[in-house]
Amino acid sequence: MPSPHPVLKAALLRLGSALLVMWLAASATFVALHALPGRIQDILAGDLELPGLKEAISAEWGLDRSLPEQYLDFIVRIAHGDFGSSYVMRQPVSKIIGSQVLPTVTLALLAGALATLIALTLATLTAGRPGPARRLAATLELGSASVPVFWLGILLLMAFSFRLPWFPVSGDEGWRALVLPTLTLALPTAGILTQVLREAMEKALEQPFVTTVRARGLGELALRLRHVLRHALLPAVTLGGWLVGSLLGGAVITEKVFGRPGLGTVTLNAVLSQDVPVVLAVVLLAAFVYVLVSTALDLLYLAIDPRLQTP
Amino acid sequence: MNSTPDASVPATAGPGATRMSVAPSLRTLAGWPWGAVLAAVFIAVLAGITAFPQSLSGDDPLSGDITQSLVPPGAEHWFGTDRLGRDVFTRVIYGARYSLLIGLAAMAISVSAGVLLGVASGLGGRWRDEGITRLFDVLSAFPAVLLALLVVTFLGPGLFNIALAIGIAGIPKFGRVVRSQTLLVRRADYVTHAVIYGRSRLDTLLRHLLPNVLVAVPVIATINVGSAIIAVSGLSFLGLGPQPPTPEWGVMLAEGRDILRVAWWAGVFPGLAITTSVLAFSVLGQHLQRRFEGRL
Repeated sequence: MPSPHPVLKAALLRLGSALLVMWLAASATFVALHALPGRIQDILAGDLELPGLKEAISAEWGLDRSLPEQYLDFIVRIAHGDFGSSYVMRQPVSKIIGSQVLPTVTLALLAGALATLIALTLATLTAGRPGPARRLAATLELGSASVPVFWLGILLLMAFSFRLPWFPVSGDEGWRALVLPTLTLALPTAGILTQVLREAMEKALEQPFVTTVRARGLGELALRLRHVLRHALLPAVTLGGWLVGSLLGGAVITEKVFGRPGLGTVTLNAVLSQDVPVVLAVVLLAAFVYVLVSTALDLLYLAIDPRLQTP
Repeated sequence: MNSTPDASVPATAGPGATRMSVAPSLRTLAGWPWGAVLAAVFIAVLAGITAFPQSLSGDDPLSGDITQSLVPPGAEHWFGTDRLGRDVFTRVIYGARYSLLIGLAAMAISVSAGVLLGVASGLGGRWRDEGITRLFDVLSAFPAVLLALLVVTFLGPGLFNIALAIGIAGIPKFGRVVRSQTLLVRRADYVTHAVIYGRSRLDTLLRHLLPNVLVAVPVIATINVGSAIIAVSGLSFLGLGPQPPTPEWGVMLAEGRDILRVAWWAGVFPGLAITTSVLAFSVLGQHLQRRFEGRL
């Protein structure tokens, strides 16, 4: 049998390890659930007291069966996207998440796009150009990377909702309600992203191919956009997973600041009422999204970067 | 805000790199990394008010004069008063204790577990190494804030629990660095020589391996204290950490958010305290990192 193509082999390896990490993450939550003091029925019921509830939970989770059987059942259910029921909210968890996922994903995607745009612009314009502009940009980045999301939100609210009544204080009505939350979530992330991207671009600018391209007479901006940026994206892309995590975590806080509906609000309420099935599902889903995004980016790079294709 | 030290700083900068001279010339002073010096001074002041908050303010952070409710900043109350008439300046001063100590506690958890696992992974055989590396992969797949939400759901809100949550989330960062450093050092000549000389395993580990593995840890820790402070105060803001009336900065901002329309100061000063603290640790940490990597 001929050995598989090296790129294919690397891709399969990457996919395999992604599945492994997702399986381990699901197993970790199962172990955590069982390692806690107290009966599983009591933990899953949260702060709810109802006659017959514990028996119902026991039946749904198959708690009278052996531990390996419970574990197998748990993994199979999660693989099918079934995260059980929230006893506090009396609904299937997948239904609760499905109904709240849109506002959060919209916010996170908009903020992620804005942060990436800011980082690309600032890094392209200032990399390798010592001077007041670069120093100002570096100061702004450090500042925005040091500002907690919730305080930035409060400051923006104060300036653009109370002093200047341009945007609503809270709610989810129309595009105006999205402006301040998107800025709030994007700016701290953009600060860190720009720092990483510029460092990568400055390393790329030192490479010999830059001299060659300049000798060919290509303009500086074209050189940066067409050649340097492509080299610099690889180290920046490894931050893709981190970006997802920080946007999802930040979305919880941003939704709280602006009183927006969404997954973060649902999760926070679930934490406060100890609605374990909901929290478990959200946390596990976030981990899955993290793994999927970073794997997809790795595969993308494997496909377009010839340097990674040599075995 | 002072400009941060960057690559444009001359190569002679940094107190360690300057040549010894009796009187520092003006030129040497100009070459000083002022951002890092300022940050170090700020952190020292912060440590001081953490230990002795009463030296800066004689007021009580927990009780106030209700007739003095929502007084704007002035000579009497530098940062104004909150809804219950408590002096915001006093509360910010006392709050340093919580934010700083929870942040440092989280860091201590990340560092100790990360070093232990990293060394074990780097020195272990193939299976142990693979197992611990996967553990790091799994841990870093959970976003820190969400992992913390899970921990709080299981263990309940509180100071120690959020420190534990943020600490756990930070383990892979240190573990990975320590692991790769261990892999490098264990093959270094001086370690081989120590083994050939017949030093015991423990002696080699403690005297030769660990000191060289751990050199990078303080630098990463300094940079990450900042993000730990942000994470911890964020969880407090969500109501998962210390509860009111504790003068913790995140808790104060959560209270301040509800009275923004009438009292801007309640929403500004605690956040300013968080941001300057984080900034100080980041500036100092980045400076240390550049020196450590020999780029300064």
